[in-house]
Amino acid sequence: MNTLTNEPNLDAPDDFYEALIETHAGLSEDESHALNARLILLLANHIGDLGVLKAALAAAREARAL
Amino acid sequence: MALGVASDGAAIQAHEFAYRRSADQDAPTPVRHPVVVVGAGPVGLSLAIDLAQRGQRVLLLDNDHRLSSGSRAICFAKRTLEIWDRLGVGDAMCAKGVQWHVGLVYFKDREVYRFDLLPDTGHERPAFINLQQFYAEAYLALRAAELAGIELRWKNNVVACDPRDDSVRLQVDTPDGRYTIDADYVIACDGSRSPLRGMLGLETQGRVFRDRFLIADITMDAPDFPAERRFWFDPPFHPAFSVLLHKQADGTWRVDFQLGWDADPELEKRHDRIAPRVRAMLDSIGAQAVDFTIGWASVYTFACQRMQRFAHGGRVLFAGDSAHGVSPFGARGANSGVQDADNLGWKLARVLRGDAPAALLDSYAIEREAAADENILNSTRSTDFITPKSAVSRLFRDAALDLAREHAFARRIVNSGRLSLPSCYRESPLNTPHADEDGWPAELCPGAPAADAPLYRDGAATWLLRELGPEFTLLVFGPAPSWAADLPVKVLAIDDRLADTEGWATRRYGAQPGSAYLIRPDQHVCARWRAPNAERVRAAWARAQGMPT
Repeated sequence: MNTLTNEPNLDAPDDFYEALIETHAGLSEDESHALNARLILLLANHIGDLGVLKAALAAAREARAL
Repeated sequence: MALGVASDGAAIQAHEFAYRRSADQDAPTPVRHPVVVVGAGPVGLSLAIDLAQRGQRVLLLDNDHRLSSGSRAICFAKRTLEIWDRLGVGDAMCAKGVQWHVGLVYFKDREVYRFDLLPDTGHERPAFINLQQFYAEAYLALRAAELAGIELRWKNNVVACDPRDDSVRLQVDTPDGRYTIDADYVIACDGSRSPLRGMLGLETQGRVFRDRFLIADITMDAPDFPAERRFWFDPPFHPAFSVLLHKQADGTWRVDFQLGWDADPELEKRHDRIAPRVRAMLDSIGAQAVDFTIGWASVYTFACQRMQRFAHGGRVLFAGDSAHGVSPFGARGANSGVQDADNLGWKLARVLRGDAPAALLDSYAIEREAAADENILNSTRSTDFITPKSAVSRLFRDAALDLAREHAFARRIVNSGRLSLPSCYRESPLNTPHADEDGWPAELCPGAPAADAPLYRDGAATWLLRELGPEFTLLVFGPAPSWAADLPVKVLAIDDRLADTEGWATRRYGAQPGSAYLIRPDQHVCARWRAPNAERVRAAWARAQGMPT
């Protein structure tokens, strides 16, 4: 079974982050919110593995607000 | 009192260099100089020293008669130290500077992670030292004074610059009035507000950030306080903004508080405004008992920008802050300026000697403009992470920080400054590209700075970078080939007499027996071969000097 990796796996983290923020340029808060939802669904489909997705959902929830 | 390597910070900052009238001021016609460097800061001094070490006569003009006051640039990177080794000042810098390798990142009231820049072994110099700019300038000025080729004229203020076909005419104001000189080449190292840039009607273009930052030097009697870089995002003691704490020489620390655009710079510089900010920061890390005094303080703004071209009309070249500006996050200002000097020194010396065509100077602009773009990109990204420009940008930043405590990948996204690394001149026309990948390490591709490694010369410890140069070096793994004897390069053979006992050089350079690297005078790789021969090396050597091959 695949597991969620939390080790660095992005080819170019700074390029990715810049592209992510750039994708939101000029959008209202609601539009950004909707874009994020679409993005999560696209990435979830790409990952596919339900176990990995559930682990990611749990990790995201746990890390919220220190 | 005379300035010396043992002078303390107060003496260095108070030191006044004497203005002396020069014979040029009484000459009936303008005296001609091969090269005039304007501005005796870290960049101008480094360049003048490099040129003088290469046998050139340099006139260095400075409009003031003092070194930097206040700490200003404090983080000097490994590559800068290696360049300064070449210029004879690396040891003095490292003896006085504070080495550091641990950084802590805080978000709100918690430490989210720490990183370690621990230099992997096998390098002479550490990743960084922190040293007040006036110390760096003092050691460079002392070195410059040892070199007969450098004439440094204090209180000589260039007020007019007139590029002509075969020279550049400068008018210079002094306490004794104005005089005129001509120069083959003028190098403007006169800082971010560059008067020379203004005189030529040239501009810098880029992004100005609407934000203000307070920097102050504080002295603490806290010898056990570790030399770690601490960076806070949105801490309770300074909510919604960032704070940086960093150690310098002499028990002095740099604090940097983001203030926002609406802050009043004059008000915020007052010590009674700074003291409670520092107190709250120290209390937050358990240093309630530590007392401090406040020294130099300044409120700054910054822009990420550069001149479109670093060369103007072929005879006026810009280096350092005059040519490009970045945010301080990443320590890419002074470090990139010293690399500009490093890139320009050998090229200008060859052109002045008539050993290379003037076109070689075009490669200075090409290589260092690309380097400036890289520094500006990194610096802009850091700034955008530290100061999100939109609600969604802040949302993602805070998400990355929230995840960083538990998830290693998110620490690669957190950006409190991508610390200065030397640029690789990957696209340079001076490189001889090679087709076969053949197991070569990408980090040492043509254009990359040569990597250091410990070596043993007849049993005595030395370092690879110290063995290079001062001109082109053919680094050969194995005995020096007989065909290399007549080449116009120094042959450095890694063999029994200069032994790679621990194997660092062989590993870093991906070397096999007979592999060779051609390394420029500024220690950047310009070609490499598995099967070198005289013809190939000679062609690469010519190409790296802008000559027809």
